[in-house]
Amino acid sequence: MDEKKSILNSNALYTFIAILFGFLVGALFLLVAGISPAEAYMKLFTGVFSKPKFIAWAIIYASPLIFTGLSVAFSFRTGVFNIGAEGQFVVGSLSAAVVGILVDVPMIIHIPLCILAAAAAGALWGSVVGWLKVKKGINEVLLFIMFNWIAFYLSNYVVNLSSIHKEGGGEATKDILASAAILLPEPVRKLTGCSNVNFGIFMAVAAAVLIWFLINKTTLGYQLRAVGFNRNAAEYGGINSNQAVMTAMAISGCLAGLGGAVQVLGMSMRISQFATQESFGFQGITVALIAGSNPIGCIFSGLFYGAMKYGGSKLSLINAPSEVVDIIMGTIILFIAVSHVFKKLALKGKRG
Amino acid sequence: MGKTSHVDQKTVAIQMKDIVKKFGDFVANDHINLTVHKGEVHAILGENGAGKSTLMNVLYGLYRPTEGEIYVGGQPVHIDTPKKAIELGIGMVHQHFMLVQPYTVTENIILGMEPVKGLKVDLDSAKEKVKELSERYNMQVDPDAKIEDISVGMQQRAEILKVLYRGAEILILDEPTASLTPQEIEELIEIIGHLTADGKSVILITHKLKEIKASADYCTIIRQGKYIQTVKVEDVTENDLASMMVGRDVEFVVEKKDMKPGEVVLDIKNLHGKDYRGVEILKGLNLNVRKGEIVGLAGVDGNGQTELVEILTGLRKGDSGEIYMNGENVLNQTPRALFDKGISSIPADRQKHGLVLDFSVAENLILQNFGEEKFSKKGILDKKSILDHARDLVGKFDIRPSGSEGKPAGQLSGGNQQKVIIAREVTNDKELLIAVNPTRGLDVGAIEFVHKYIVEQRNKNRAVLLVSFELDEIMSLSDRIEVIFDGTISGSMAGKDADENTLGLMMAGGKQHG
Repeated sequence: MDEKKSILNSNALYTFIAILFGFLVGALFLLVAGISPAEAYMKLFTGVFSKPKFIAWAIIYASPLIFTGLSVAFSFRTGVFNIGAEGQFVVGSLSAAVVGILVDVPMIIHIPLCILAAAAAGALWGSVVGWLKVKKGINEVLLFIMFNWIAFYLSNYVVNLSSIHKEGGGEATKDILASAAILLPEPVRKLTGCSNVNFGIFMAVAAAVLIWFLINKTTLGYQLRAVGFNRNAAEYGGINSNQAVMTAMAISGCLAGLGGAVQVLGMSMRISQFATQESFGFQGITVALIAGSNPIGCIFSGLFYGAMKYGGSKLSLINAPSEVVDIIMGTIILFIAVSHVFKKLALKGKRG
Repeated sequence: MGKTSHVDQKTVAIQMKDIVKKFGDFVANDHINLTVHKGEVHAILGENGAGKSTLMNVLYGLYRPTEGEIYVGGQPVHIDTPKKAIELGIGMVHQHFMLVQPYTVTENIILGMEPVKGLKVDLDSAKEKVKELSERYNMQVDPDAKIEDISVGMQQRAEILKVLYRGAEILILDEPTASLTPQEIEELIEIIGHLTADGKSVILITHKLKEIKASADYCTIIRQGKYIQTVKVEDVTENDLASMMVGRDVEFVVEKKDMKPGEVVLDIKNLHGKDYRGVEILKGLNLNVRKGEIVGLAGVDGNGQTELVEILTGLRKGDSGEIYMNGENVLNQTPRALFDKGISSIPADRQKHGLVLDFSVAENLILQNFGEEKFSKKGILDKKSILDHARDLVGKFDIRPSGSEGKPAGQLSGGNQQKVIIAREVTNDKELLIAVNPTRGLDVGAIEFVHKYIVEQRNKNRAVLLVSFELDEIMSLSDRIEVIFDGTISGSMAGKDADENTLGLMMAGGKQHG
């Protein structure tokens, strides 16, 4: 009985139920569109798992999402809602690209330099918002959204600067120098048959473990959580809550910026001019919510989202709209949001 | 005493027979009996977590009993929803009001059952009815006043009117005096008198013995989910009630050994400060506290106590003056610095300032000390020593349930939450302890406990500043009483010479004679 209860209590169960419902609702939409859900889901599945190469691609898609997921999860744990991961991701990728194109140094310096630039840019983007919130009392959600757009247009401006814009047309920058790419060694890439296999996933997993440790095991994490849960009590206990909020936003921004670096240095190799927001940051919100804001959980939910995104791109092969993936992900979030209702009902039924 | 049988079927309003309510393996109510007559005030007394609220939630249809029967007017009934309870004439006023702040009293009262005229809400006839009810029970409620503009006492009356408007014959009042001033409590007791004179029954859930003596006819005592007995209130003393409630004798008088106060620890000179609206509220306050003494700061709420404590703990900036801690001026330093200079405090609002409710008890117990060598090294928390520390304090301070060091503090009862704060602050063992309303909302057992530790600090030659709205508490604990009125100290007397009348007069602004 106790075992049963603990299963009913665990969040993982409700996450799985939510994912199931996501696919059910997606199936409904596919039916309405006149496409066989079985066929579409089969394609989604085989599109990811039928070849090692496909799995490699799914992981490549997942790496930046794990970072933005971590960024948002970290902000949730510290009482802020980082809806600005999008902008932090953009300035991160922009900085990585600029340093990757313009600075010509050996690989052993070049890669860390690019990553550092991206982390610093993301952290700066986050802490400016933190500073404005703390010192000027401006609502951080508004600030984050505005900063997303500032990053968006800043990126488009920089892309078109003559020193980094690709000559001879195209709406993108030059490629980053080979010394800045975080690709795995040639033999490994050959083996998987995927040209873009990179170190991103290792960085993402390391970051997740580090963030888990930071939140749960350090005095800094203790302070940030205290402020996140109850600012008044934290202040009463002598914790400087303003400083804590700014620190939390800087770390959160740094994570999103790193996501940008992984995307540019491992996958896209350049930045294109945006027509619309790329949404890596917003997808990070989904990743964090599915993970229940658990940093380790973000690894798995990030992989899940990455696989869905990559698999979804193949749906067009059977003339199914790849947007069905967005519908599924959206539905999952909706059901996770109401999952505590299920939980209550399930537990109530168990009561005497 | 013994079990008083007062069952007279003709006038029985409600009878609950052998009510059992289990949550899993936990028995919250274990065969509880309750009989309430028409026109009677029936108090239900029990410690925090004894099962009073569970019993009332069963009666109000929020929980279904595992076993037992309920009779209303002699008929067996099944109350499965609050709606059903209301239909049967049972109304409940919750401890935390459920009112829409920007709405008027009338709008709140009719919410959910608006009388309509055509397509429009018929506010006028509702207002008339509210006014008529208010007058009948002498409640003096303005039906047009917005909830956000009226006092807590008035809001409570609006809640009572809401229940009456729905036709309640039996009113359940859950801890109705928890947030009222002494004046408002007296008025509430009067209103209860008007209600019962009109034939209504009132069930009063409380752990305040004084109020039971002042207002109730009968009292049913519950302890750890079990029915203890029902007594006629006029036959018993407050002491009897207390020992029935906690199951042992309770010390009302705090044992204090004679002490000679030592040197001055805290010395406040000519302190000025503003309240949250920016209005000057501290107007040149002078106060000192010496080693080995408890100074009680008495006063009516709103005379500057809150701001004084906030300035002393670093949560608010003072405008001018000096605060000397062991001879060093510490005015307007950060909470951290003040703590390091020897000021610890038991805050007035334990859930807002005292605890991080989502943190475990263990985590709450190191709120100021997480950075100390004992609990962390080079920024890494030492979970084992944090847990050991918590286990030690949970045992020593009898924080219940035992073994709760890993539980979120929010899951503890109010009394045990307060114990967590006391354990932390007393263990900090700073030179000055500031205690603000340290026993608010606690039952007698917990009050005794808190008082014991406050006196113990004094006996260890620490300085204690006790700020409280409870005159009894001030008088029984303080070595010296200072009265705060309109932002300055208006008078002072030795604790042993204090009497309620003189103090009351001084608190109302009359200067001390002589």
